[in-house]
Amino acid sequence: MTRQMTGAKMVVQALKDQGVDTVFGYPGGAVLPIYDEIFLQNDIRHYLVRHEQGAVHAAEGYARSTGKPGVVLVTSGPGATNAVTGITDALMDSIPLIVLTGQVPTFLIGTDGFQEADTVGITRPCTKHNWLVKDPETLSDTIHQAFHVATQGRPGPVLIDIPKDVQFATGTYTPPEQARTQHYRPKTDGDADAIEALVDLMEQAERPIFYTGGGVINSGRPACATLRELVDATGFPITSTLMGLGAYPASGKNWLGMLGMHGLYEANLAMHDCDLMINVGARFDDRITGRIQDFSPGSRKAHIDIDPSSINKVIRVDVPIIGDVGTVLAEVLKRWKARGGKTQAPKVLDWWHQIKEWRKVDCLAFTASEKTIKPQHALARLEALTRDHPDRYICTEVGQHQMWAAQYMGFEDPHRWMTSGGLGTMGYGFPASIGVQVAHPDALVINVAGEASWLMNMQELGTAAQYMLPVKQFILNNERLGMVRQWQELLHGERYSHSWSESLPDFVKLAEAFGAKGIMVSDPADLDDAIMEMLRHDGPVIFDCLVEKHENCYPMIPSGKPHNEMLLGENVSTGDAIGTSGAVLV
Amino acid sequence: MSALNLKQGLSKHSAYDLRDPHMEAQERHTLAVVVDNEAGVLARVIGLFSGRGYNIESLTVAETDHTGHVSRITIVTTGTPSVIDQIKAQLGRIVPVHEVHDLTVEGPAVERELALFKVAGTGNDRIEALRLAEIFRANVVDSTLESFVFEITGTPQKVDAFADLMRPLGMIEMARTGVAALARGAE
Repeated sequence: MTRQMTGAKMVVQALKDQGVDTVFGYPGGAVLPIYDEIFLQNDIRHYLVRHEQGAVHAAEGYARSTGKPGVVLVTSGPGATNAVTGITDALMDSIPLIVLTGQVPTFLIGTDGFQEADTVGITRPCTKHNWLVKDPETLSDTIHQAFHVATQGRPGPVLIDIPKDVQFATGTYTPPEQARTQHYRPKTDGDADAIEALVDLMEQAERPIFYTGGGVINSGRPACATLRELVDATGFPITSTLMGLGAYPASGKNWLGMLGMHGLYEANLAMHDCDLMINVGARFDDRITGRIQDFSPGSRKAHIDIDPSSINKVIRVDVPIIGDVGTVLAEVLKRWKARGGKTQAPKVLDWWHQIKEWRKVDCLAFTASEKTIKPQHALARLEALTRDHPDRYICTEVGQHQMWAAQYMGFEDPHRWMTSGGLGTMGYGFPASIGVQVAHPDALVINVAGEASWLMNMQELGTAAQYMLPVKQFILNNERLGMVRQWQELLHGERYSHSWSESLPDFVKLAEAFGAKGIMVSDPADLDDAIMEMLRHDGPVIFDCLVEKHENCYPMIPSGKPHNEMLLGENVSTGDAIGTSGAVLV
Repeated sequence: MSALNLKQGLSKHSAYDLRDPHMEAQERHTLAVVVDNEAGVLARVIGLFSGRGYNIESLTVAETDHTGHVSRITIVTTGTPSVIDQIKAQLGRIVPVHEVHDLTVEGPAVERELALFKVAGTGNDRIEALRLAEIFRANVVDSTLESFVFEITGTPQKVDAFADLMRPLGMIEMARTGVAALARGAE
């Protein structure tokens, strides 16, 4: 049965057939026919944001908290270019998104028409793939392909640019099952010999460690469950990147905490001294490795990743396994058990004794003050007061507060932690929290923010207010760009060039101006009550927490240093923490 | 040191092989990339090279299967072995890319390039140019009383050699196609 319909109607029909019920977007001239079709139906709910960047981050929050792809609809020209930061963010963090952009009609393309931009040209390097659809006959097929490409293999954002005349024109609708998706089939099963080699290594390892990343979360809940089973069965320690938090529970007995530039002392030293590193869905990012030449010099390395280009990109590995993390881990667990479930248990126990020695350093210790709120203290209290909430989601912006949130908050499950890892996008957290709340209306959604990051997308307060989304904006306000200030202190002779804000808003009044609730707290004695007040309020809250202005985030591996040259809070030397060769790194 | 006894040769990329990647020798590789012939596919390939800082020595592209809408891009690139591996992996994950072949390592291959040379002159230079063209099996495809256009086919080295000889004899312009390459043998 062939079905004739307009391009605009096809867009809505294809979204419905793909199971989409939520779209984040902003209308404009080149997408009006699609907005008309959205008006004429009730299956897909559209959320009007206040800026296209916010739409993309909201869709990212939606996608990361549900495991489903996020959908964005914006207009041509500025609508598309405003979306670019969010799209790049999704590419770096492997978040599946379908971005639909309007385009000037085909006969105006190339004439510098009003609100024309070369959207597919601009977004080619920041999407997994993109399409300009010039023929209504191929539109629905392309949309189905887009969902396939965005979600299969290593997930990522895709973009479909749809000229306005194609939206008006009539064509034949192709249902999802008839779409041409067979050409894109990433390999998901790991190579059997490589898996066998990994099991060999696991049986012989004396100082093993699992190093896991966002790939485990992207693979899905079954992958996380298999990971937990494998870690508990082997008794090996496990650490994770910022992106992978929640794949293994923070309360789990083998959990070492996050690794990396601001990771835990014990996690980084274990990475440095291990003899077997099992990288599961992580990508040896420079925040993780520190100085490449000194990265875990004595270890054999296995790397499980669905993206062949991640293998040997930064760190040469001994056992590369290309495949889906969940499928490969299940096979590793099966083979290891079938061979008797052997480990060098006494040696691994010695390894744990060593790790426990490192733990005694208590690298996250801080001295709370009675006069000012320490940011670590604020997050420790937020964690204590929300840890037992049955349905809690945490988003962050980017900077010191992000690292403190990763250090002081515990994540028991995947899809509960939304943060901009790869691109480090200030302004990510607030719109992301909106997307999470849309997906989980009854959940507690908190965005841990710094005041500078938060101001970057503060216009989304309008979105939160309009849809009565009870997102909690937990702002650690130090009136500084804290991480920039920290680097200027350590690296640029304490010359604080443009790293503070001269005129910050009164956040309580700002909240009230949008009909939201504002809470300001500056006295440590009032902190718990203020947090409880925030949690009790059924509506959006801006929580302005005035914190110590010059607190630094530790532990810290300075740029260009190896894991075992970490700076700790107590014995910090600010003189030559970062050498001149490290200074060129970011 | 580790107590592990990993079989030698399990992986050619052992972490114990602590060569500094910057010290690795540069290699020249010819890659054949089979792609869907769709709008923007060449831009994706070129954008990958410029965005990630890889070299392109030459690049040719043309449709090779009209009904299947398949094109073949032949790229000659230079880089360290790890960079070459990374280039191949990055090319492989471009959605419209079907296959990536490294003709330099996959066995013997034939590489050919076509070039056109415009050589102007009279007297002995003109005679010498024509004589050399015969030696190089170049064809004359255009001729006036003061000029020739030669067509030459061969390896890039042969084309370079011919260019070196023509330059002092009045070469005023040259156009090269870049390398086209195929693996030798029946497969």
